Amino acid sequence: MGLSRDEVAKVSLLARLRFDEAELDTLTTQLSQVVEYVRQLEELDTESVQPMAHVEDIHNVLADDVARPSLDRDEALANAPKRDDECYRVPAVLGE
Amino acid sequence: MNDKPYEIIIGLEVHVQLQTQSKLFCRCSTTYGQAPNTQTCPVCIGMPGALPVMNRRAYELALRTAVALNLDIPEFTKWDRKNYFYPDLPKGYQISQFDLPMSQNGWLEISDAKGAFEPKRVRITRAHLEDDAGKSMHDEAAGKSDSRIDLNRTGTPLLEIVSEPDLRSPQEAKAYLTELRLLLTYLGVSDCNMQEGSLRVDGNINLHIDTPDGKVATPIAEVKNMNSFRAVERAMAYEAERQYEVWCEKKIKLGDKPGGHKTTRGWDDGQQVTVKQREKEESSDYRYFPDPDLLPVIVTAEQVEQVRADLGELPAAMRTRLESTYGIDPYDSDVLVNQGRELVAYYEELATASGDGRRASNWVQQDVLRTLNEQQATIADFVISAASLADLLKAIQAGDVDNTRAKDVFEEMLRSGSSASDAMAKLGIEKVDASEAESLCRELLEANPQVVEDLKAGKMKAVGSLIGQAKQRNPNVNPGEFKDMCLKIVEIM
Amino acid sequence: MGGSTENSAFKKTHNPWALGRTPGGSSGGAAACVAGLMAPLSIGTDTGGSIRQPASFCGVTGMKPTYGRVSRYGLVAFASSLDQAGPLAKTAEDVALLLEAVAGHDPCDSTSANVPTPSYTASVRQPLQGLRLGIAREHFGDGLDGEVDASVREAIKVFESQGATVRELSLPHSKYAIATYYIIAPCEASSNLARYDGVHYGYRTDEKAMLAELAEERKVLEGAGDRAKLEALDTSLVRMYRKTRSEGFGAEVKRRIMLGSYALSAGYYDAYYVKALKVRRLIREDYDAAFKDVDLIIGPTTATPAFKLGEMNEDPLAMYLQDLYTVSANLAGIAAISVPCGISKSGLPIGLQLQAPPFEEERLLRAAHMFQQATDWHTKRPN
Repeated sequence: MGLSRDEVAKVSLLARLRFDEAELDTLTTQLSQVVEYVRQLEELDTESVQPMAHVEDIHNVLADDVARPSLDRDEALANAPKRDDECYRVPAVLGE
Repeated sequence: MNDKPYEIIIGLEVHVQLQTQSKLFCRCSTTYGQAPNTQTCPVCIGMPGALPVMNRRAYELALRTAVALNLDIPEFTKWDRKNYFYPDLPKGYQISQFDLPMSQNGWLEISDAKGAFEPKRVRITRAHLEDDAGKSMHDEAAGKSDSRIDLNRTGTPLLEIVSEPDLRSPQEAKAYLTELRLLLTYLGVSDCNMQEGSLRVDGNINLHIDTPDGKVATPIAEVKNMNSFRAVERAMAYEAERQYEVWCEKKIKLGDKPGGHKTTRGWDDGQQVTVKQREKEESSDYRYFPDPDLLPVIVTAEQVEQVRADLGELPAAMRTRLESTYGIDPYDSDVLVNQGRELVAYYEELATASGDGRRASNWVQQDVLRTLNEQQATIADFVISAASLADLLKAIQAGDVDNTRAKDVFEEMLRSGSSASDAMAKLGIEKVDASEAESLCRELLEANPQVVEDLKAGKMKAVGSLIGQAKQRNPNVNPGEFKDMCLKIVEIM
Repeated sequence: MGGSTENSAFKKTHNPWALGRTPGGSSGGAAACVAGLMAPLSIGTDTGGSIRQPASFCGVTGMKPTYGRVSRYGLVAFASSLDQAGPLAKTAEDVALLLEAVAGHDPCDSTSANVPTPSYTASVRQPLQGLRLGIAREHFGDGLDGEVDASVREAIKVFESQGATVRELSLPHSKYAIATYYIIAPCEASSNLARYDGVHYGYRTDEKAMLAELAEERKVLEGAGDRAKLEALDTSLVRMYRKTRSEGFGAEVKRRIMLGSYALSAGYYDAYYVKALKVRRLIREDYDAAFKDVDLIIGPTTATPAFKLGEMNEDPLAMYLQDLYTVSANLAGIAAISVPCGISKSGLPIGLQLQAPPFEEERLLRAAHMFQQATDWHTKRPN
């Protein structure tokens, strides 16, 4: 059991991607194949296994609270696709 | 506390900015109010390849708060990514805590000094650390459809404190917030300045309504944009009324389809109403997963106990102690404790040195606080030391100066910074010799036979005019002592 | 991303040994430039085999160090819990030289390990005495090319002739490695790549065209009176995001973002992501058990020599299965190296993979050097 086209369309909004109809069809097929494949993990009993998010046994990596100089504003905004003297600019966030 | 056939159910989500020098995952300054986009670096802009390193101080402040809120501190905690797109969130995810928060299951006790509600423990679901987003500014004035993004705030450490739906009235909600803010201030973990966004509140509210078919719950509303505790109180009151009206009209219960789902509403302070906010179906799918860039934090039970031992006295314990040690009322201890640790220390020094806790409490609440208010100052800057003020209070007790003139002495001490005795000397205040007072008394009684008649007839108020005359003759006359003397003389006349 | 460089945002790279074939990927450029004598040393990144597979396909030596050995700060993140940068060079000695320069603790990377870095250049020439090699049964199963099999077995004999002992062992969960990897990596990638949204840096779609397009769509929907679709129509901001990202990312990247976003979304998280993290632990435990008995695990880097460019384009799953022998090292966080060990009849290099316990890069380099002292595969160059 793979993904439905509707699911793929829904995920595309979640991921802020956009596909035309043909792309959606291809993706539905391809993603379904991969999902089918990865579902082989279901055959393993992992009830008593702890998930392993990190391979390292390291913890409490903390830095001292000392403020350091920031970037100059112009440097920070240098790569902005759209900006004014002070800020990044985007299409209105209102209506979101 | 309401005569309507319903119970109000409120739970609050509070976000507090922790008082660190630098941000949660980078070392940019957290100073408020700087020019836009002057406090950012590759980490908080979310540049490719930049990685987060957690601020030790932020974790310590969060832990301190969690312990003070009686929360359980699990040994292991981790950080998760909360994924969503928004222009003020440059990484495309917020670093937060999902299934293993640093603390859970605590409580905060609230009460009302005037007894508006019964004291109660408000359960706290959890408190967890996360990084703040930046600011989106809507440039409507310029007539453009763009929004402007300032990332100075991006990455500031936030502690999210979530209460259980244990609050039963807008007053309780406000009391909870007031007590929480006081506690945070005592802990020194946040300045809790709502204007600057250091403390933000969202409220979840619904009603349990009595109906002939039993209790029913109305759909939950999450109310945002409340910019003061007063606004929270009003928004909750408004929302309760609104939900009741909607119930009466439409009879939609929590969970009903359609209409019974949770909605988000914004408080409009100008109109004093809540307004439904637009919501998107997919907006709550945050796709949490453990942040691979950050490692877990492990804290031992011994470390937690050490934090607990170092908390210092917290407001609730302090109120109780002030009441029992100095014999003051809950209302007074509340006022004093609400002013902060420094003022309480001043009060305690004053109460101990003067030997009169109640008088000390009155003076601090009336004269000291009034002056601080006028001067926009804190107790640290106050000119009159507790020892000096204690001298004045002792002079009052000894009858060397009456309450009214003591106020003049206080003003003089404030003005010149002199001691109580110097100020009294300067104002020519000295205790009137007993024989001198007695002769003045006899003299005035002789000159006012009608007063003597009245006093003998039991009209005690008549003595007032004599006190007035005495004060004119000698301002140092102690009205209380003078009155007693008059009555004594009249009695044997 | 991907094992062929054909998903590159710039150009695809050709294998210097056979221009019609892939150099491997994703660090195919780094491997090809060493193989083609354009650079003596290069740095690649390896999330599921992206250093070792190209090293194998291009006949060079390439190492994926232990997770945490080399700082990830400055490295464009693909899957943060798997990514590791490492050196490619002609010989183990050169790899040692570069690794020594880039390895070590970095306080700017929380996951960077605070362990001392040995002097690899000082030790690389010292042969290992009594080396115990393990052969994982699972690395010699179906799908392994006969020539690759023969070359690897020949290489094992070379070690035996130098005094190494060999024993067979099992990594029972390795057959689940690809499935585990293709959940974890896309999930992390979907989040890591969210920052490329056209707001703070990088590409943004043509806003005027985007707004015009939206206005047109709105008009059509209004005309048709389709209220449901009107409600669901993107805001200009959402459309800006979607167009920017769809135009800016390549097909494979978008596929992985979609896969990761799906696997992390509500209702699927436990079934996919948490499940994969559990199997990941089982894979690591397989290695921990194996390394109790052996010093290194020896086997093929890839099942076949370099495939033809274009061969896998329409079949992402087949491409993913290419990583069969390499992904486990990333999932387990251990160190591994690919060393040239033969040339196929059609003139394509074959790679030998050595895997070592965490932070045993020194052991890998010394073993690789021993092999390169006894063989001359690493000196072969394309015509």
